[in-house]
Amino acid sequence: MSNPTARRAVADFLDRAGMLLVLAALFVVCSVGVENFLSWRNLQGLSLAVSTTGMVACTMLFCLAAGDFDLSIGSVVACAGVLAAVVMTRTGSITLGILGGLGLGALAGYVNGFVVARLRINALITTLATMQIVRGLGFIISDGKAVGIGQENFFLLGNSGFAGIPTPVWITAACFTVFGLVLNRTVFGRDTLAVGGNTEAAHLAGIDVARIKVVIFTVQGLMAAFAGIVLASRMTSGQPNASLGFELEVISACVLGGVSLTGGVGSMGFVIAGVLIMGIVQNAMNLLNVATFYQYVARGLILLAAVLFDRWKRRRQVG
Amino acid sequence: MSAPALSFNGATMEFPGVKALTDVSFHVHAGSIHALVGENGAGKSTLLKILSGAYRPTAGGLALGDRAQGFRDTSAALAAGVAVIYQELHLVPEMSVAENIFLGHLPRRAGLVDRRELAAAARRQLELVGESIDPATKVRKLPLAQRQMVEIAKALTRGARILAFDEPTSSLSDREVRRLFTIIRDLKARGCAILYVSHRLEEIFALCDRITILRDGRHVETAALGNLTRDEVVRRMVGRELSHIHQYAPRPAVGAGLAIKNLTGPGLAAPVSFAAHAGEIFGFFGLVGAGRTELLRLIYGATEKTGGQVLLQGARVDIAKPRDAIAAGIVLCPEDRKKEGIVAVRSVLENINLSARRRTARAGVFINESWEQANARQRIEQLRVRTPSARQLIRHLSGGNQQKVILGRWLSETVKVILLDEPTRGIDVGAKSEIYGIMQDLARAGVCVIVVSSELPEVLGTADRIAVMRQGRIAAVLDRADATEEKLLRLALPVESTPAA
Ligand SMILES: Nc1ncnc2c1ncn2[C@@H]1O[C@H](COP(=O)(O)OP(=O)(O)OP(=O)(O)O)[C@@H](O)[C@H]1O
Ligand SMILES: [Mg+2]
Repeated sequence: MSNPTARRAVADFLDRAGMLLVLAALFVVCSVGVENFLSWRNLQGLSLAVSTTGMVACTMLFCLAAGDFDLSIGSVVACAGVLAAVVMTRTGSITLGILGGLGLGALAGYVNGFVVARLRINALITTLATMQIVRGLGFIISDGKAVGIGQENFFLLGNSGFAGIPTPVWITAACFTVFGLVLNRTVFGRDTLAVGGNTEAAHLAGIDVARIKVVIFTVQGLMAAFAGIVLASRMTSGQPNASLGFELEVISACVLGGVSLTGGVGSMGFVIAGVLIMGIVQNAMNLLNVATFYQYVARGLILLAAVLFDRWKRRRQVG
Repeated sequence: MSAPALSFNGATMEFPGVKALTDVSFHVHAGSIHALVGENGAGKSTLLKILSGAYRPTAGGLALGDRAQGFRDTSAALAAGVAVIYQELHLVPEMSVAENIFLGHLPRRAGLVDRRELAAAARRQLELVGESIDPATKVRKLPLAQRQMVEIAKALTRGARILAFDEPTSSLSDREVRRLFTIIRDLKARGCAILYVSHRLEEIFALCDRITILRDGRHVETAALGNLTRDEVVRRMVGRELSHIHQYAPRPAVGAGLAIKNLTGPGLAAPVSFAAHAGEIFGFFGLVGAGRTELLRLIYGATEKTGGQVLLQGARVDIAKPRDAIAAGIVLCPEDRKKEGIVAVRSVLENINLSARRRTARAGVFINESWEQANARQRIEQLRVRTPSARQLIRHLSGGNQQKVILGRWLSETVKVILLDEPTRGIDVGAKSEIYGIMQDLARAGVCVIVVSSELPEVLGTADRIAVMRQGRIAAVLDRADATEEKLLRLALPVESTPAA
């Protein structure tokens, strides 16, 4: 008699802890099976590699939770880095360079938000357009070439560290904490989830749906720009063709972390797990010298598995 | 007597944290209409979902004739001649009526769909349910009542011998209800077994032959309806004496409440004006589609108005969107709670506090967790919401309990005017009288309560004054003392048609 009940309880547990278990298992397997995986150097490299994805995944979580998504972030990362580099080179001011990059990100994000929320154009189309516009702008500003940066102090942002942990990783950790709190503990976070869950009901309950979406997209743009600036600092140059396909990587990580593409569902803990899973798999493949071509296939398969898992979960809840 | 057409044998259904059905057994006979009643969350819909193959019971099961059956999925149930007609219909809105009726087994010629045969066959099926809809019409364009007929036609096409209806009349007008009953009686005459779920006991006594009463997921009684009185049914359903049966008590009007001047907009045929006092319960009666919901939405700013004014306690308020209305102290509990009310993927707690949390947040930013929990607990108790905890996702609640949660959301606000659109739709008898009590308490506290209802006893039993709407305008406003069922109905009927007997 209790058999189906027990099965349900197990499935329920998997539901709640699913991705964390996968993460733990993956970590153990890699520690044992992949040489050098556990070395301090490798872990540092791994954490640096996921720091960019992590930062942007924070805001992408909000975007997805509100029922939208944003394809333009990869372009914003690149273009903000390039613009910051150009401004720094021209003016000699690090501050102006950073502000320029951030300004570009905020503007791109605001345009996305305005078009999606106020003009009610589909987010896929809108951000597909800005993705290409911003990528193009990056090439125009840089004339298609990497822009070297002369301000040595600027490199500290990406290449310094504290307590043995690189600065970008600290920044990412701070983002996880802050955005996690915003999602769970503030009216804004809860409203975001409500908007994604049922826009009409949210509107009738007095939530300013358009404003929430504009804010989310703007912050998303800002965050992508910031990640781009940190990246430029790490690479000591602005590269117009940096982070191609980055948007898919970030969305994959979020979906892997159980964020629903239809909106209304998502939590920071799982997004972190998703980001780490993607990062570890990537890192292990590098250590194992898996050729890039195969890496694409592997990443795609993981995403597919995650989506199927999500479907299965939902089917089980309905039936 | 021959073997029953359908029997439930110890049907049990457990969800995490909830035992929805415990060992339910009873028989349904061919050529009989069998009522299934119980409070919100008693397990009626769950039982129907087991019947339709949507759920598999955790123990026990059902038998058709003398053969035990367990349906793997809904198509297996359909193939065995079982059709369940849910309240949210399962038609494909973008497809034509004919395609929907024959979905999954379209007539073919040489591998292609035979359009002509399809239309002709669909027309024949629609005639069986007395409908003359053009089979090429997209389902999306049909009113709910006709969609229901399409769904029934579809079931008959598959040769269904057992039909179950889950609250089929809750959004139908009186006339549509009569149509539906004619068809159900016709199905009975043809020897089908019918299982009929409803909270409207009058309907059940008018239509059904036998009744099964569920309480807390358990079988209480199955009997011939002739052997039970209404009160006995209610008592067995709720398992206690109803704490207070709502009784109208006069209240003094305490001043200006909500006044509407020359309001115009979509759904209204002429400018609408009326004034409801603070402390008054002001009812709106009318047939489905008379413009009542549209009027409330215009007042609330959910639809953009094209002209007119809203005055609150004598002062003009500008309402462009719901947010403005809430800020002014006007709230609307919407009619279509699935679409406009619940955020399905969030918890009961979040759904209850969806609006109030903005007011109670610390520094206007941080969720006041303890207040929200206390408020959720209070509303769950007040409205007897059946849920294992406030953290349960609202979509796991029964239909009526979801309604209660949305009502609870609006009771969490301190307001001057509350607009209630069909506040007791889908809600069981016990909670209904609870809600009437709450409306009275609100009015006594000086709130202007405006209630739209299609149920005559509801408006007559609660309202101080009643406005009757007809075809997008207010036909008349009657004092409680002058209002009779007959008068209201006559005023509500479209002018062209003669009043029904
Ligand atoms: N998928 C689910 N997950 C968890 N609990 C569920 C699920 N479906 C139903 N329940 C619970 O099972 C119980 C019975 O629900 P059901 O929908 O059958 O009630 P009902 O009698 O149809 O009520 P109503 O009159 O409100 O429609 C309820 O307490 C409900 O919360
Ligand atoms: Mg139900």
